[in-house]
Amino acid sequence: MAKGSKKKEMSRLANLTKGFFKENPIFVFLLGMCPALAVTSTVETGLGMGLLVIIVLTMSNTVISLIKNFIPEQVKIPSFIVIIATFVTMIEMVTQAFAPALYEALGIFLPLIVVNCLILGRAEAYASKNGPINSAIDGFGMGLGFTMALMLIGFTREVLATGAVGYGVYLPLGVEGSIINIDSYILAMDVFVGPAGGFIVIGLWLALFQAFSNRKERIKADTRKRWIEEKKREAAERKRKKAMKEAGEAS
Amino acid sequence: MSITVFFVAIISSMLINNVILLRFLGICPFLGVSKKTETAVGMSAAVMFVMVVASIVTYLLYYYVLEPNGITYISTIAFILIIASLVQLVEIFLKRVSKKLYKSLGIYLPLITTNCAILGVAEIIIANNYPSDYGVLQGLYVAATTAFGTALGFALVIFAFSSIRERLDSADVPEAWKGAPISLVIAGIMALAFLGLGGIV
Repeated sequence: MAKGSKKKEMSRLANLTKGFFKENPIFVFLLGMCPALAVTSTVETGLGMGLLVIIVLTMSNTVISLIKNFIPEQVKIPSFIVIIATFVTMIEMVTQAFAPALYEALGIFLPLIVVNCLILGRAEAYASKNGPINSAIDGFGMGLGFTMALMLIGFTREVLATGAVGYGVYLPLGVEGSIINIDSYILAMDVFVGPAGGFIVIGLWLALFQAFSNRKERIKADTRKRWIEEKKREAAERKRKKAMKEAGEAS
Repeated sequence: MSITVFFVAIISSMLINNVILLRFLGICPFLGVSKKTETAVGMSAAVMFVMVVASIVTYLLYYYVLEPNGITYISTIAFILIIASLVQLVEIFLKRVSKKLYKSLGIYLPLITTNCAILGVAEIIIANNYPSDYGVLQGLYVAATTAFGTALGFALVIFAFSSIRERLDSADVPEAWKGAPISLVIAGIMALAFLGLGGIV
């Protein structure tokens, strides 16, 4: 009993953390790229967007998994979208009332959470097949992975474009008014705040992730090759020994 | 109301505020169906049709139903429902007319529903508030023109991008950059080029 419950807990932990690296929505599945490009010019807006997505994704996953048995197969996608849209409308009103600055910063991308592929993707791939608690955990974990990716992109873009690391903190690197000022030469690159910078930064991060996974696969293939060679060598050895033995018996 | 208004609407929505490269809407189909020129053209045609019709219908719904009744807060839900049903319509239509195109677009056709460009343009048109400048009915013409221009911009970029990607297939790309990373960097360079078009109008 104790062992079984522990095993279940472990799988829940894995369920929560799988969205961080192994199944990261942005860097691995390329889901939800529009907000990842549009609202990541600073860390703050990325974090704000991520938090809203976490809330919507957790709630929509829970509700969809609760009522999945009452929805006919033909109208599955439209009903999922209506459920998601309801939560987004709620979140939109709450944000407008309590965080007007965030509401202004996200602009059109706040209602567009409805069509974020990540949310519908999780509803379709996970919540419509699993129980409510697991679905809520899955939504929360995936949302966290999404938020982490947004903040990573936002951090990179903000550092490259302004030298700030978020919330008005500046790195002492060749930025106007900073500690080290190399002949008043400003290293900040404005292009990274703009649209082109968003594409290029995400491209760089994807390349890094791909390089790591390629390396991992290469190591795996190498070990496998070595293992096969070892087995072959052992078999040849055995054959040789057997032949020698036979030869000895014959003589 | 002169012809210049429409001209400006098309140029600004197609080139200056390009939907993919400068507004970041519709990135999923941009990366997803741009491997072959043929599918890119088919996708653009489907998006063009859905975008124009969806913009007209959502505009009328907003100004004739939602606003008079003071229920504009449900606009997101209403809009997405209209778009979802329109996409269903296009799917049935394509299935009848061209089996080949239907097959090649495959899973991306239902994904037009979750194409942010469609809902995004509907929301942008409402946010631009055309009736305050042109009146509700003439505003509709401007809105439809804007939607058409946006779809043209989408088609232009996705077609150019798919041509680049087809040539990229035979290029010697480093292992780690194959696929999505190099495509995104190319998109970034295209966005830089489009930035230079700012200030035409």
